[in-house]
Amino acid sequence: MALPGPGGRQLPCGRKPFLMLSRLFSFQGGIHPDSHKQESRDAPIRQAPLPERLTIPLAQSAGKTARPVVAVGDKVLKGERIGAADDWISASVHASTSGRVLDIAPCPMPHPSGLAALSVVIEPDGEERWIEREPVAYEKLSPEEVFRCLQEFGIVGLGGAVFPSHVKLKAALRATEDLILNGAECEPFITCDDRLMQERAGEIVSGIGILADLLQPRRVLIAIEENKPEAIRAMRDAVQAADKGFRVAVIPTIYPTGSLKQLIRVLTGREIPARQLPTDLGVQCFNIATAFSIWRALHHGEPLIRRVVTLTGNVARPGNWETAIGTPIGELLALAEPRDDTDGIIMGGPMMGTPLPEQKAPIIKASNCLIARSPALFPPRPEMPCIRCGSCARACPQELQPYELYWWSRARQFERLADYHLQDCIECGCCAYVCPANIPLVQYFRFAKGEIRVRAREEKNAEQARERFEFRQFREAREKAEKAEKLAKAAAAQAAKLAEAREKAEKTAPDAAPASATTTTAASPEEAGKAAVAAAVARAHAEPVAQETSPAAPTQETEARVSGPEKAAPAS
Amino acid sequence: MTGFLAAILVMSVGALLLGAALGYAAIRFKVEGDPLSEQINAFLPQTQCGQCGYPGCKPYAEAIARGEAAINLCPPGGDDGVRKIADFLGREFVPIQGGGEGGGPKPKVVALIREDRCIGCTLCIQACPVDAIVGAARQMHTVMTSLCTGCELCVKPCPVDCIDLNSVPETLTDWKWPCPVLADGNCPAGGNPF
Amino acid sequence: MNPVSSPYLHQSNSIARVMRQVCVALLPGIFVFIWQIGLALLVQILVASVAALVFEALALRLRGRPVRPFVTDGSALVTAWLVALTFPPLSPWWLTVTGVFLAIVIAKQVYGGLGQNPFNPAMVAFAGCIVAFPAFMSQWPSLGLSLSLAEQIEIIFGFSPRLDALSGATPLSAIKATLKMESFYASIQELLGSQNLFGMFAGRGWEWVSTAYLAGGLFLLYRRVITWHVPVAFLLTLSLLACVFWVHDPSRFASPLFHLFSGGVMLGAFFIATDPVSGCATPRGKLFFGCGVGVLAYLIRVFGVFPDGIAFAVLLMNIAAPMLDRHSQPAVFGTRGASREEKP
Repeated sequence: MALPGPGGRQLPCGRKPFLMLSRLFSFQGGIHPDSHKQESRDAPIRQAPLPERLTIPLAQSAGKTARPVVAVGDKVLKGERIGAADDWISASVHASTSGRVLDIAPCPMPHPSGLAALSVVIEPDGEERWIEREPVAYEKLSPEEVFRCLQEFGIVGLGGAVFPSHVKLKAALRATEDLILNGAECEPFITCDDRLMQERAGEIVSGIGILADLLQPRRVLIAIEENKPEAIRAMRDAVQAADKGFRVAVIPTIYPTGSLKQLIRVLTGREIPARQLPTDLGVQCFNIATAFSIWRALHHGEPLIRRVVTLTGNVARPGNWETAIGTPIGELLALAEPRDDTDGIIMGGPMMGTPLPEQKAPIIKASNCLIARSPALFPPRPEMPCIRCGSCARACPQELQPYELYWWSRARQFERLADYHLQDCIECGCCAYVCPANIPLVQYFRFAKGEIRVRAREEKNAEQARERFEFRQFREAREKAEKAEKLAKAAAAQAAKLAEAREKAEKTAPDAAPASATTTTAASPEEAGKAAVAAAVARAHAEPVAQETSPAAPTQETEARVSGPEKAAPAS
Repeated sequence: MTGFLAAILVMSVGALLLGAALGYAAIRFKVEGDPLSEQINAFLPQTQCGQCGYPGCKPYAEAIARGEAAINLCPPGGDDGVRKIADFLGREFVPIQGGGEGGGPKPKVVALIREDRCIGCTLCIQACPVDAIVGAARQMHTVMTSLCTGCELCVKPCPVDCIDLNSVPETLTDWKWPCPVLADGNCPAGGNPF
Repeated sequence: MNPVSSPYLHQSNSIARVMRQVCVALLPGIFVFIWQIGLALLVQILVASVAALVFEALALRLRGRPVRPFVTDGSALVTAWLVALTFPPLSPWWLTVTGVFLAIVIAKQVYGGLGQNPFNPAMVAFAGCIVAFPAFMSQWPSLGLSLSLAEQIEIIFGFSPRLDALSGATPLSAIKATLKMESFYASIQELLGSQNLFGMFAGRGWEWVSTAYLAGGLFLLYRRVITWHVPVAFLLTLSLLACVFWVHDPSRFASPLFHLFSGGVMLGAFFIATDPVSGCATPRGKLFFGCGVGVLAYLIRVFGVFPDGIAFAVLLMNIAAPMLDRHSQPAVFGTRGASREEKP
């Protein structure tokens, strides 16, 4: 399949042979857990039936929650937008089928807390009526317009982070040397990407073609772990058919090679520096399922409303199901017939997945796998004390010292954790996997990260409150000073008036002064006295006030000093 | 005799030299301002609630620095806050006076004005230490939730009792993983290590 | 409700398994010890094991900690076996029990039990007893001593008098004693040979015990229970120092080979200095730790009062371990910059 480049220009990737992968690299640490993939690997992807209710959360991408654009009672079509992207880092959300909007309310989320978030509840009408689907002529559009399209189609990274793809693409537009397609799927149990590559390799490669056209990378590498021979074969065939010089890189099976930085290290030998993004080094990485959904979006006009979910674990019929976003996890898992001793559901793999307390919580764009758990499958292990054996440090792909992090997390000495680079922990679970003392290390780290986040926010709030409090004090002081100044001015003006009056009186009768002295004093004996006193007081006060409340920035010192005249002012 | 004198001489010269060095160091490395109260202030939660009996966090910090106030008078800071100050000052930890259950910090609350009952008297605006309430005379007032410290100072002045203190509900973005629980039901963090 | 975080998969590994492997690795050493020195060791191991489990259970009960998981984790047994192996095999039973008490109660449980002890428990026992009971702790049986098991048991439990013949010289103590008397030999080898204490390449009998420890240590390395850092650093430093002095004056200083295979060097290098709890955990820290033990062990052994210096060397380095760990933090992923870029 040959795609003309933007503006009809022939793409360089068609002519120039890509650099061959001479060798692979390795990273330190990593583990070799039982893959448990054989259970679900061989069952073809099947279409999951529609449930009675679809609960589609509006927050399905990293960044800002989508804004609801439908109302309760509205009829929606399959693929109709129900939530509009509300920011650049945000992606639209669509109805997974046609039906009626029953509610727009907080519903339980597939999250370890089981807390609720704003969702659109749709009652399917069973007709599956699509919106008008039109292929996007992305070849004729500018990259910016293609990005807008992807945002509108709700395309997000399906590897788990659900970061909006258009944001990544735009950041990578400047210079991408290596475009990496992540089909490693290194977590045990999960086979959804494996099946997708086996069954829809052609469409995935077409999607990769779009990405390559947009980014114009020097190399396009499709990384697949060596434990997926069928997927490798299917992808190799598809790549050959596409003939664009993409390369399928077979990488060793070691968890977590599918982790972004580790994968880049394996393929290119480069280490993404801590707290930097691959984009900064000209590497960009997408999940193969993302490439697939990009192809469906741009070539078929289908927004991201379905995804393949692996159902496995303690079930009778493990397999992969293409599922409408919004299907309740309990209903979906029932398709795989969980056994009687199932005591919970895990979303994601057994290494990094999250426990789901809510069976009603929906499948979202990030859900790649549901594992029915049972005590037999994941036996509980009593926690013992750490003996500092260092197994965790040898297993850590980020080369951290988990036993030190554990020590300080447990002691709640969160400040010390920065010294041991807690923020670089990717929570892959290798440390807890190898720990002979069965310490739930990852949970300690998640706990510590949460506490650190909350503390940082509280500190920020406290700082803001302190600033506002101090400003308020400053403002009150300034108001007091201004009031005092006003009063003093008024007093001074009155005194001046009186003095003027007296002067006039003296001028009109300068000669008769001695004679009229008695008369003038008789005329206004009290007034003159008052004026004299007022003038004196005003002079005494007005001077310092004038000095101090003038432009100089008021401080607490001024506050103390201006309080004097203010107190005196009412007396005068 | 000379030995005796020499000893005295050496000691006096030594004393003088050391004294001079100390005096020089005192001038050279003089710390500006009143860092003690500033540092204590950094440990306080800055709610400015006045529950300690001082008009704001800074005055309380200054009072602690002067040795006039106990370190356990700040309920919003909770036992954690007392512990920090106790560590910093090298004092004995004392449990908080008042505060939430079990000495923990009080659950965070924010003030909310029942807008239908507000008469626009501005009394709460004057009471708010962090200017988190907006409104004008005879106009309805509103609390800016993000700025409210939950100090409760606005509740009393309100003549029509239209201010409620609501606890802040947990959201997905606020949620954090709890500390792992041991088989015996104890949370190990901060507690007795095995 | 408290959610339990991932990962849910675990390697089938446990502290008990680690401790079991250490015990297995000690077996060759124990067999050769019994074969070369005497069956009394078996009695000592038995006494020490029972005492260790009893003390551990009592201490846990007193501390209000769960008894079962900690008694069955095997750490007390490892400590007990190390105490039995480092004490003279014919020492009275109460000495062994005292040693185990020092190790389990004082050095371990008082500090908070498993994982919390700053010092190696077995070495605390050894150091405490050699200071408190120097006479008993230096009564190593002469190699030729042939006593039946019953007789050995009677000696251990005090039913028969402690013969003078019990205390023969070990190669290390012989060197110390002879050199003090200013007698002259061309080399240490000759000196020991004159007392029939030199075997194939080191002290007679003991060389094979050490070799067996070495074999056990290699097993631990193979099973990845320990890493190479501490043993290699320790043995290398010790040989290097020994080499320098030996080349300088072979009549007063023993050869590196002799040093490596006598006393507690092999036991110390693979089973004692590698104790993760009281030692270093970072790779560089472990290297420093091993070097430190090597230097101190050699200095104490050759120039100190005691015939062997492993115990004190390890205890001294235990003090330094937290500091070494703190200052030897390895760089984390992505902080090395270009230096690692080309290395596959």
